[in-house]
Amino acid sequence: MDTIFALSTVRGKAGISVVRISGAEARAAASALGGEVAKPRHAGLRGLVAATGERLDQAIVIRFPRGASYTGEEVVELHLHGGVATADAVLRELARMPGLRQAEPGEFTLRALKNGKMSLTRVEGLVDLVNAETEAQRRLARRLLDGELEDRAGSWRQDLTRCRALLEAVMEFADEDLPADTTPEAVELLVRTRDSINREITGSKAGERVRDGFEVAIVGAPNVGKSTLLNHLVGREAAITSEYAGTTRDIVEVQMDLSGLPVTLLDTAGIRTASDPVEKIGVQRAFDRAQAADLRIFLVDSKETSSDGLLPVEGDLVLAAKGDLLPEGTAAAVSGKTGLGVGDMLAAVTGRLESLAGLAGTASRERHRLAMTAALDPLADAIDEIEGRGRIEIAAEEVRLATRHLETMLGDIDIEDVLDDLFGSLCIGK
Amino acid sequence: MFHVKQSGFDIIVIGGGHAGIEAAAAAARAGGRVALVTLRLDGTGVMSCNPAIGGVGKGHLVREIDALDGLMGRLADQAGIQFRLLNRSKGPAVQGPRAQMDREVYRLRARAELESNRLITMIEGEAADLVIRNGRIGGIVLADDSELQASAVILTTGTFLRGMIRLGEEARPAGRVGDRPSVRLAERLESLGLPLGRLKTGTPPRLDGRSIDWKNLEDQPGDPSPVMLSFLSKSPALPQLSCGITHTNPDTHQTIGANLYRSAVYGGHFDGLGPRYCPSIEDKIVRFPQKTSHQIFLEPEGLDDHTVYPNGISTSLPAETQAEFVNTIAGLENAEILQPGYAIEYDYVDPKSLRATLELPEIPGLYLAGQINGTTGYEEAAAQGMVAGINAARQTQGLEEVIFSRAESYIGVMIDDLTSRGVSEPYRMFTSRAEYRLSLRADNADQRLTPVAMELGIVSEDRKRLFEEKQQGLVAGRAQLTRLGMTPSEAGRHGIRMAADGIRRNGIDLLAFPDVTVERLAQIWPELDSIEENTARQIECDAIYGKYILQQQRSIRELLRDEGKRIPADLDYRTISGLSGELMEKLQAARPETLGHAGRMEGMTPPALALILATIRLAELQQAA
Repeated sequence: MDTIFALSTVRGKAGISVVRISGAEARAAASALGGEVAKPRHAGLRGLVAATGERLDQAIVIRFPRGASYTGEEVVELHLHGGVATADAVLRELARMPGLRQAEPGEFTLRALKNGKMSLTRVEGLVDLVNAETEAQRRLARRLLDGELEDRAGSWRQDLTRCRALLEAVMEFADEDLPADTTPEAVELLVRTRDSINREITGSKAGERVRDGFEVAIVGAPNVGKSTLLNHLVGREAAITSEYAGTTRDIVEVQMDLSGLPVTLLDTAGIRTASDPVEKIGVQRAFDRAQAADLRIFLVDSKETSSDGLLPVEGDLVLAAKGDLLPEGTAAAVSGKTGLGVGDMLAAVTGRLESLAGLAGTASRERHRLAMTAALDPLADAIDEIEGRGRIEIAAEEVRLATRHLETMLGDIDIEDVLDDLFGSLCIGK
Repeated sequence: MFHVKQSGFDIIVIGGGHAGIEAAAAAARAGGRVALVTLRLDGTGVMSCNPAIGGVGKGHLVREIDALDGLMGRLADQAGIQFRLLNRSKGPAVQGPRAQMDREVYRLRARAELESNRLITMIEGEAADLVIRNGRIGGIVLADDSELQASAVILTTGTFLRGMIRLGEEARPAGRVGDRPSVRLAERLESLGLPLGRLKTGTPPRLDGRSIDWKNLEDQPGDPSPVMLSFLSKSPALPQLSCGITHTNPDTHQTIGANLYRSAVYGGHFDGLGPRYCPSIEDKIVRFPQKTSHQIFLEPEGLDDHTVYPNGISTSLPAETQAEFVNTIAGLENAEILQPGYAIEYDYVDPKSLRATLELPEIPGLYLAGQINGTTGYEEAAAQGMVAGINAARQTQGLEEVIFSRAESYIGVMIDDLTSRGVSEPYRMFTSRAEYRLSLRADNADQRLTPVAMELGIVSEDRKRLFEEKQQGLVAGRAQLTRLGMTPSEAGRHGIRMAADGIRRNGIDLLAFPDVTVERLAQIWPELDSIEENTARQIECDAIYGKYILQQQRSIRELLRDEGKRIPADLDYRTISGLSGELMEKLQAARPETLGHAGRMEGMTPPALALILATIRLAELQQAA
């Protein structure tokens, strides 16, 4: 297997650049550049010299031994001075060495996975961490990377393994004097696992939001000032506003970072009874999207309070539109034109989203939720079989199926389908 | 150097235990000329531990051996003195037929069966050495230095390899009580570089049944309508007996506890690992101190034999302590011990070094079967003996080898477990080891394996005819049931409750509902009366698990959906972590062209196949990136 190397920090001007080398030849390659490498995990200051004798850089060189490195292979990191030219010179020198080549995208992580240094959920956590843009995303990714989901799934698996042992005992040792009936404890474990999975599924929806962003829809009658408010929030003319009703036909989306939470603000077409067929479609689309959003901000004015069927649900904000035209002191008034009440509104939105994010489990991917959902049916069937017809061998089969579904989450088996998605989203060096 | 050379044999089987006799019989069925070499001819077919054959998992193996026309099921039916179907109240997948044996009848029938076979020659002697020529087996050398030549040798030496019996502080080399161990052969195997380990097992004291107070003990009779072990048998051949049941008590536990330091096992004299599922009475008392009583089955060893096997008190305490604790037990107050219990420690060969045919790849032609491979139990031994026997015979005839898969038999599950995972304690068959348990049942072993045996040409005409008749009955019965059908509301009128989904269900579907039997359906459709009773039972068993069997078949297919996927010729299996070292080497050497080929390699497991598949997919992704 080749020894691979790559620039592991962002290319460009920076304080330092880190080049990572992984594989059997890593140590020899580093020695060829800078002389004997210090003992594992000890930083050594080394002058890097090209084969031609040209001095390349003064670098910190750290070696991670096989089995105790990121990839599981022998790894050496060269901490260079920042800058494109220095890094390129070192990379060129490495590329000249026999048995060494530039790493493919995601190859370090691939090797870590193959060497058993990471489970699939951790790799996913890493991908998310690299791509994390807001603080909440970073925290969630960190939890995934730290193996929290793995631990949770591990504890389910442990409970189900115990449960199976209890069921098997009844069947395998039919002729021996077993302790009292072991099936009640088995049912207890099944119920506990089912409830825990259910909680995790609920949390996974919030987790997915933290990862992919919350949606907040601004709704209200045409020309009530939705686009003006949005424009005020983003500080640019994202949605075209005019004096005439029905200007925003398509849904306008704007991404924002609200106190670390990724938020997509939706400016919807005014919801009203439309006669123009094209506008009708726009209104319907706005209606559906607004209904599906995590939170709705209803702008209402005195002229038109009805929003044609779309009603606020618990947690939604209902604000008086065009607050600048209302008498001073009107409660819950907002104005995109003057910024009146916008601070209060954002605080309310943030508070609401934070409480939603607080529900976030560690399972943030559709794949996780599918695996967990798939495990629920066999668990329910197993409980029914034990408590109902008492066909223990069928209950045991259901528990085995449930376990297998959960195992797909950790990538123990059937990992094939997730790999495309996963490695496609990795960037070089990580 | 050697006095005499005997030739004219294709296969030599060393050992006359349950692996050995099944190996010899199978090799002969496959057309091989067999020499069976055993230390004592009258030790052939001896049951050295409990006098019973079958059980949950073990009964499955016996049925499979029988389906392949092996001896064990028929011998057990001839020698059975109490038949019970275990787990009768549970589903058919976990029901296991079991029978108490008349040990003497079993032994004599087994020996007679072999002696009457013109392809088998019985030789009394000690196999002292193996003859290896040009890197493959060429025969064996007996202790008297005479040589027997053959192109295949099957070693079934049981607990005889450097066997060491321990009883209290005593230790003496022995293969079994009253028999010498095989030391030279063990040293020879060691010199071949085979990885050897130590295991231990134990046995209880044998009691004189005439000294047991039976009238005050609970009686355990056999089933009123006995279920036979062989598909060919109709009813027991011998008169039937009951077993007795008694229990240990706090006095027993105190006596044992006070003498624990004198136990061979607890005195620290042992290196070998014993089976956790078959603990000695010392183990039970130490590990479960809160339990004040353990059950003991008193199993008669024969009709004309007073010996009783107290199942549940295997021990290695000194003989006088055994007598003392036995006499504290209800019904055994005056019981006399005919032979004290003991523990035995012996060498085994790490079965990971074997191929799925049970051949040692380093020494072509040499096969190992039974306890030597780290298993325990007559049934496990016999099944391995049969696999080795069939393959050894086929190899000498230049025919293709036969490998049993996990998806088709318990035999396949066991051999795959042994050769790919090895053992950490004596290996016993459990139904939970079979992923496809709902399909691999004792009731359908013949349908799974008799066609295989027929193709191999190792089935008697009688069995073939019976099997074909049964098959015709099943096909006709299923066809009849499939033609009939009713809607939920019609079913409701006949008292069969189901979801009112309007879906019409045929007779087979209806059998999956609780308490629906062929008899019950015959009340609705009288023409079903023509289905014979055994056929009806079989159809019902299949119907109960219909949904799951379909699911399992899907999962087997899912695994094979990438059957034709090419494996890159330069794939380095050593870089795939998670593959066992053994499998890695096999793959590295065999270089299968497609995933399907890899899947059919011996020792290949579904997770290993998934790993290979994932590695190929990753390599493709990288190329695309």
